[in-house]
Amino acid sequence: MSASLLLPAATVGNLLVWIVWIAAAFACLASGAAVVSFTNPFYSALALIGNLGSLAVLYLLLEAEFVAAAQVLVYAGAVMVMFLFVIAYLGGQADAPWAGGPRWQTVGAVTAAAALLVEVIVVIGIKAGGRLSDEAAIRESFGSPAEIGRLFLTDHLLAFEITSIVLLVAAVGGVILGSHARSETGPAAPDVQA
Amino acid sequence: MQGPDVTWYLALSAFLFATGTLGVLLRRSPLIVLLSLEIMLNGANLALIAFSRHHGEGDGQIFALGVMAVAAAEVVVGLGLIVAMARRRLTLDVDRLTSLRG
Repeated sequence: MSASLLLPAATVGNLLVWIVWIAAAFACLASGAAVVSFTNPFYSALALIGNLGSLAVLYLLLEAEFVAAAQVLVYAGAVMVMFLFVIAYLGGQADAPWAGGPRWQTVGAVTAAAALLVEVIVVIGIKAGGRLSDEAAIRESFGSPAEIGRLFLTDHLLAFEITSIVLLVAAVGGVILGSHARSETGPAAPDVQA
Repeated sequence: MQGPDVTWYLALSAFLFATGTLGVLLRRSPLIVLLSLEIMLNGANLALIAFSRHHGEGDGQIFALGVMAVAAAEVVVGLGLIVAMARRRLTLDVDRLTSLRG
């Protein structure tokens, strides 16, 4: 590499990280805007997969390897496949992004989102700006599955167990919702025919 | 840390959160409202993981994984509701779904 002859290796690495960050951040924002603005829900779901993938790249830059892997496997894999199945089942119903509702509702939505953005940026800039410059040193095992598992089974054991209950309740709720919907539109019940 | 520091990640997560808010408030299709909610949750996740790296503690990543589990549960229930609405021949428009009936 000719660049490494001129510059120290750390500078080249820093530059590479910046380039990857800018590409991932741009992909993230563009696909987020695409999710909100696409008319067809199928394309919105595909754009969200891109959003989740570029977020996984950012997680890797933050040295959160396990979370990045979980993001790709659980989110971009399982959850989005479920989304795509439901959208395919319902049929792509077009929904124009700026058309629905009265005019003041659209203006209000844009104002609320912009206010939230400004609020967060101002809080970051004013309250925390000076204290966010120096990074803490991290251990070698930071973000590894072993470290995550150790935290889950020691410090955060209660949260871990409660999460399993939440998932169980959601699974039972999904089954109940599906079976009720089936009995509504299915063939008439046997006791009615008898 | 090489590359951008935590402030850049926080700004990006704020933009993502605002994008998701816009989608939740603006769109009429409940499917796209759910997709926009996912963007909001992921914006919060990015902030959690950025702070986790900033402080050198793994707890933020535990929080992010918890948010992922809750998001999966939310998607299961939300999609179940949407399918149930579609089977009852209701219009999939959050402005017209105004009555609750058992």
